[in-house]
Amino acid sequence: MPIKSYLAYPVRGQRDALTAALRRLGGCDVSCEVLPAENRDLLVVVTDTPDEATEAALQEALVRVPALEGLALVAVVGEGEVEAAGRFTAGVPEETGHESA
Amino acid sequence: MNRREALRALAATAAMSAAEATFPGVLFRGGGGASTAGAQTPPAEAGVVWRKTPCRFCGVGCGLLVGISNGRAVAVKGDPTSPVNLGLGCVKGYHSVMALYGKDRLTQALVRKDGKLTPVPMKEALDLVAAKMAETIKAHGKDAVAMYGSGQWTIPDGYVASKLMKGAIGTNNLEANARLCMASAVTGFMTSFGLDEPMGCYEDIDHADVFVLWGNNMAEMHPVLFSRLLERRLKNPEVKIIDLATRWTRTSMAADRSILFKPQTDLAIANAICHEILRNDWVNAAFVRNHVSFHEGKTNIGYGLEDKFAFKDEPKTITLERYRELLAEYAVEKVEALSGVPARELRYLASLYADPKKKVMSFWCMGFNQHTRGTWINNLIYNIHLLVGKIATPGNSPFSLTGQPSACGTVREVGTLTHRLPHGDVTDEKARKQAAEIWQVPLERIAPKPTYHTVEMFRALDRGDIRFMWIQVTNPMVTMPKLRRYRDALKKDDRFIVVSDVYPTPTTDVADVVLPAAMWIEREGMWGNSERRTQHFDKMLTPPGEAMSDAWQMIEVARRMGFEKLFPWTEANHIPEIWREYSRFQAGPEHEMASYDELRRRPGVLWPFVNGKETKWRYNGQYDPAAKGPFDFYGKPDRRAWIWFRPYEAPPEMPDAQYPFWLNTGRVVEHWHSGSLTRRVPVLHNAVPAAYVELHPADARKLGIANGQRVRLTTRRGGLVLPAQIDGRARPPEGQVFVPFFDEGYLINELTLDAFCPISGQPDYKKCAVKVERA
Repeated sequence: MPIKSYLAYPVRGQRDALTAALRRLGGCDVSCEVLPAENRDLLVVVTDTPDEATEAALQEALVRVPALEGLALVAVVGEGEVEAAGRFTAGVPEETGHESA
Repeated sequence: MNRREALRALAATAAMSAAEATFPGVLFRGGGGASTAGAQTPPAEAGVVWRKTPCRFCGVGCGLLVGISNGRAVAVKGDPTSPVNLGLGCVKGYHSVMALYGKDRLTQALVRKDGKLTPVPMKEALDLVAAKMAETIKAHGKDAVAMYGSGQWTIPDGYVASKLMKGAIGTNNLEANARLCMASAVTGFMTSFGLDEPMGCYEDIDHADVFVLWGNNMAEMHPVLFSRLLERRLKNPEVKIIDLATRWTRTSMAADRSILFKPQTDLAIANAICHEILRNDWVNAAFVRNHVSFHEGKTNIGYGLEDKFAFKDEPKTITLERYRELLAEYAVEKVEALSGVPARELRYLASLYADPKKKVMSFWCMGFNQHTRGTWINNLIYNIHLLVGKIATPGNSPFSLTGQPSACGTVREVGTLTHRLPHGDVTDEKARKQAAEIWQVPLERIAPKPTYHTVEMFRALDRGDIRFMWIQVTNPMVTMPKLRRYRDALKKDDRFIVVSDVYPTPTTDVADVVLPAAMWIEREGMWGNSERRTQHFDKMLTPPGEAMSDAWQMIEVARRMGFEKLFPWTEANHIPEIWREYSRFQAGPEHEMASYDELRRRPGVLWPFVNGKETKWRYNGQYDPAAKGPFDFYGKPDRRAWIWFRPYEAPPEMPDAQYPFWLNTGRVVEHWHSGSLTRRVPVLHNAVPAAYVELHPADARKLGIANGQRVRLTTRRGGLVLPAQIDGRARPPEGQVFVPFFDEGYLINELTLDAFCPISGQPDYKKCAVKVERA
């Protein structure tokens, strides 16, 4: 999965709590590096996950952190694994419910 | 440091740079200040080279830096030097490079043989396209061939298309999908100011106190720009964001006030605001006296539902007093009954616009433009700003947003529309003379009459007046209204359809020839965004297989047709040479373009670019070198901005006993237009994998429909069954449903109506009558 970096905005007065909560999201499969700004209520967060399922779980966990006011995705960095998918369509009108007037 | 760690460091640097752009002077532990230079100099271990480009997607035109490693695009970050986005991006932008690498990229040409698209060498396909085009002209005349492009064409692509169709072949059968999204904005500008495109720029956001969003779900459609509004409010809590819309959305949620109105009544609301401004004597009398004139045009102007519909307005100059009389029908109490907006809210809106201490921006996009009175509603928003003199100064800005990366730069500025030339209209002899001189073609080659706008062009194809159509960078078999008629037209045996694209789509499915196109940074080009900013990007990657840029495909075909003298350039120099030639059309203080070298150096340049200086506010003598005096609306012969009386007129189809709901269509933040790119990016596809129909929970209860259950929608054009979404990301009011159009599996445009604004020719995708049932 790509590495992602974010700007995280804490709920007022909860910068340290947010820093700690985000750092706890890291684990054996997930890297979650947190860099708090020294002179602003603002954190840089860099995440790195091994697969889609872990990434999805991390995304869910991120938005559930109570001390988080807002999160802005800033960069997506891959390692050549940015293979994208093909066409997503049933392709046959009948199968998707198209009907004549 | 291993490679993965180096990439993590890159991502961190990008975020710190974005933080620095948003909060100058911000410091990070251990890292000192986040410097822009640092962001552009990644750790050597990563082996990544960063190159600048505008984003592939919407008309905001965010500056991105794309990381290239071993010939592949591996990373994206916002360009902190871009004045558009200040280092930020949206979910589509950050995943944009993944759209280059879908598994089913078209890498070789396909020709239909025995009913099946069959791979052939590119040379053979180009030979066939040129032969078929020439054969059709010989058999049926030059107006039997047509080109249909898009606001995703680069400026050089559009220029080559214009030169080929109008200068070489001599037909005005050239259109672009921007007709479906921006044409009413253009005719709004032209009728009010005589010149296209906004007078202000995004910097207005940094000065405004009030933002009024008219039918514009900016949080999803222009998210980075919307984040600038939120940032402005965060730093200045007195700033207000008003969302005036027909449906409750993420924008409504973020706004200070959400005001819902009944479809089409925006016309009455705008008039009510003007009525209230006049009634309270809030008019900026000196501004109006010196810089404005008053006009009215025809009324009951029709809807274009019949083939070969024609309309010509007859403007009449009127007095302020006559204008006041005409507005008498729009007292706030009367408009409350029509629009559903309480009179107190209408008074509140008028007071915001009129407050001399507040600077006001209005934003709009498809809600206004995809409207059977699209030109009128554009005029009406200008009326409000002109009456109170809040225009063309920092923070006072009526701002028409665009949906595509170069709807402005290519379609509107180069003029890839039936009535346009790179400078001026085909009906203007002076403009034709200029084109003939620059193109070195006989004057009589350039046809003086427009032929068909987009809907009429596809109708002409259906009738057989057009026999050959070349479609580039767009997917009309998802996006045309009343789609079934036009798909059947393309499939007719004696029509020849060429499609240039990067992926298979419903449009390539019905093509006779498919040409694989180079995408975005696989070729060099320029785009022009909503704020008159032209942005250059280099070729950074090798296109796959035999994929070729749209411009070069057209040049190859033009040469095969005997027009090689008009296209003398080499593959290596054609972009700078085209830019130099095109810039001659725009020379002069009203539209001077930056040089090629300047564009390569900067993260975009606003035009007019005169003596090395961008023009941030047009028509204002303090900033605009073309303006004579404090304000000078030099696009009009009387050098005044025109206030138009435009009444409320009902849409052609409204809910009734048989079809009791309004059907509204539009987009979602994750998907770009018809989804042919974003649906190939797993993270975007997985976020919204299929279209759905939004219902109000009360309607769902009445109809016995639960979330996710299948719903049958039926209009007079056809039916469609798709899953329900109740209280998802948005909520339509009772009596209305909404369906996003990105999903080729659920072609909602089979149900929409091909009625259009008679002045702009732009269809209305936002309003028709529909029956809703549990399937």
